[in-house]
Amino acid sequence: MTTDVQRLTVVTEDDASRRLRRRVFSVVAHLLLIGASILMLYPLLWLLASSFRPENEIFTSGISVLPSTSWDLDSYPRGWNGLQVGFGTFFANSFVISILSVIGNVAACSLAAFAFARLEFRGRKFWFAMMLMTLMLPYQVTLIPQYVLFLNLGWVNTFLPLIVPKFLAADAFFIFLMVQFFRGIPKELDEAARMDGAGPWRIYWKIMLPLSTPVLATAAIFTFIWTWDDFFGPLIYLSELRDYTVMLGLRTFTDSTGQSDYGGLFAMSVLSLVPIFLFFLFFQRLLIEGIATTGMKR
Amino acid sequence: MTAQSISASARIKGGAVGSSIWSRAWENHAPGYLFLLPWFIGFFGLTIGPIITSLYLSFTHFDLLTAPRWAGLDNYIRMFTNDRNFVASMRVTMFFVIFSVPLKLAFALGVALLLNRGMRGLPLYRALFYLPSLLGASVAIAILWRQIFAGDGLVNQFLALFGIVGPSWISNPNYSLWTLIVLSIWQFGSPMIIFLAGLRSIPQDMYEAASLEGASKWRVFWKITLPMLTPVVFFNAIIQTIEGFKSFTPAFIISGGTGSPINSTLFYTLYLYNEAFSFFRMGYASALAWVLLAIVAVFTAFSFFTSKFWVHYDD
Repeated sequence: MTTDVQRLTVVTEDDASRRLRRRVFSVVAHLLLIGASILMLYPLLWLLASSFRPENEIFTSGISVLPSTSWDLDSYPRGWNGLQVGFGTFFANSFVISILSVIGNVAACSLAAFAFARLEFRGRKFWFAMMLMTLMLPYQVTLIPQYVLFLNLGWVNTFLPLIVPKFLAADAFFIFLMVQFFRGIPKELDEAARMDGAGPWRIYWKIMLPLSTPVLATAAIFTFIWTWDDFFGPLIYLSELRDYTVMLGLRTFTDSTGQSDYGGLFAMSVLSLVPIFLFFLFFQRLLIEGIATTGMKR
Repeated sequence: MTAQSISASARIKGGAVGSSIWSRAWENHAPGYLFLLPWFIGFFGLTIGPIITSLYLSFTHFDLLTAPRWAGLDNYIRMFTNDRNFVASMRVTMFFVIFSVPLKLAFALGVALLLNRGMRGLPLYRALFYLPSLLGASVAIAILWRQIFAGDGLVNQFLALFGIVGPSWISNPNYSLWTLIVLSIWQFGSPMIIFLAGLRSIPQDMYEAASLEGASKWRVFWKITLPMLTPVVFFNAIIQTIEGFKSFTPAFIISGGTGSPINSTLFYTLYLYNEAFSFFRMGYASALAWVLLAIVAVFTAFSFFTSKFWVHYDD
């Protein structure tokens, strides 16, 4: 009897100490994670705070991210009109290119993905393998011939080299993403539709697309962000200031006035991140799931 | 029977019995090819055609204005025997990949393991750690980085609190590449999310069995978690390495497009860009691109070959 009681107390003591250990571990882990979060987000907060400081305070405020005594919004209009062409034009250009890219990418990639996932035709496996190969291809290999091609077509210094490839499903990664999703949709649905006399187009349009809104949204958002961020494409294809995207405008800002006007540069940097941040705010679950299931690059 | 219905019934009969092989082949295979049509145009016009052209151009001298002149192996010979910038850019890129990829993946895995222990607030932490990955490719972040590591930048302001006078990290060739490596590690969020998904897919009963046998946590990690996670490690390593080889924007912005100071941030892609679009040596740049393709291909093949020995796949 006594031994039983002893054993019982030993067990509870053991339990209590384990619970204590777990509690301590949890506190330490949270402290670590909070510290890491602050460290990681600090540069972003500093950028935001600096954009609201008067020019002469930016580098005298030390590491503080608290706003100065008075909020100073001057940097924004100064940066907005800091180049011969205003940032309003650059934002408009970026939006046009990004939105057209989204439309092209979602349309062309979903068509191709439907063929790979659902249609039977000779050579399907071969072409699918070819598509996967292009995923690994460094873009530098096609860069120069593509440039020569677009030059001969008279497309350099227009938005066409940045947009038309999206309508031709050149970003094969999204085909792959959609094939994975389409394969998860029950086949019975399109078989039933085929019994009712629906052709491939109707199945694609009336069944697959409506059931695939999550993957279509993920593809749309990532296309928007990647196009918005793209620096290399606009750098080689656009040379007129009035055609510049936001990213090119920022680069030009650092070259010309950036050395003297940090406030304006920081303000425009903040504005350039706003669209991406909004997507993050409202669609982060979709973005994170998209990455988790397919292993997207960023 | 009207003429119309006769012809209709004939059509049905014909469709069932006598339709030619050709029309049946058309019905079976045409939709697939029609749906793929945009992709086919892109595949041949923007990928296959340019790949072949690029290979041809790599054996020529080509300045964009006059027709390409055949040069045989000149470009490749010059690259490997008489081009210090090629050697420098190769060394910079290799250094970047060798240090940034393992460090980034180590951070990603470490944080993922910590978060996976049923931490409260996981969605919040996950989102916060992911934010830099989402923003990191932007020119704005490269500009910010240049400021953080400048002589009077945020890092040195912080060090000054402890009386340390830091160097100008960006303009010192000993440190400039490291600022870019730090920028890459800062974006560990997306491999972390992939690790978290991988951790969640490890069957729980394996852990239960291990704890019944009284295995220590350390042993459980080495014998269960890590082996089960090797496919994800492998996947992340390949993706991040290829991304590392292709990295361009940060080095371009931070060095003002030149790879300075003293070529210490002359990434391979930056060198290639300058050869092609600053000096219009398109033939030479094509040869550089093909060497890059060869490196990526050899690396990928090598990884897949060695993966047999360390990546655990379900039987």
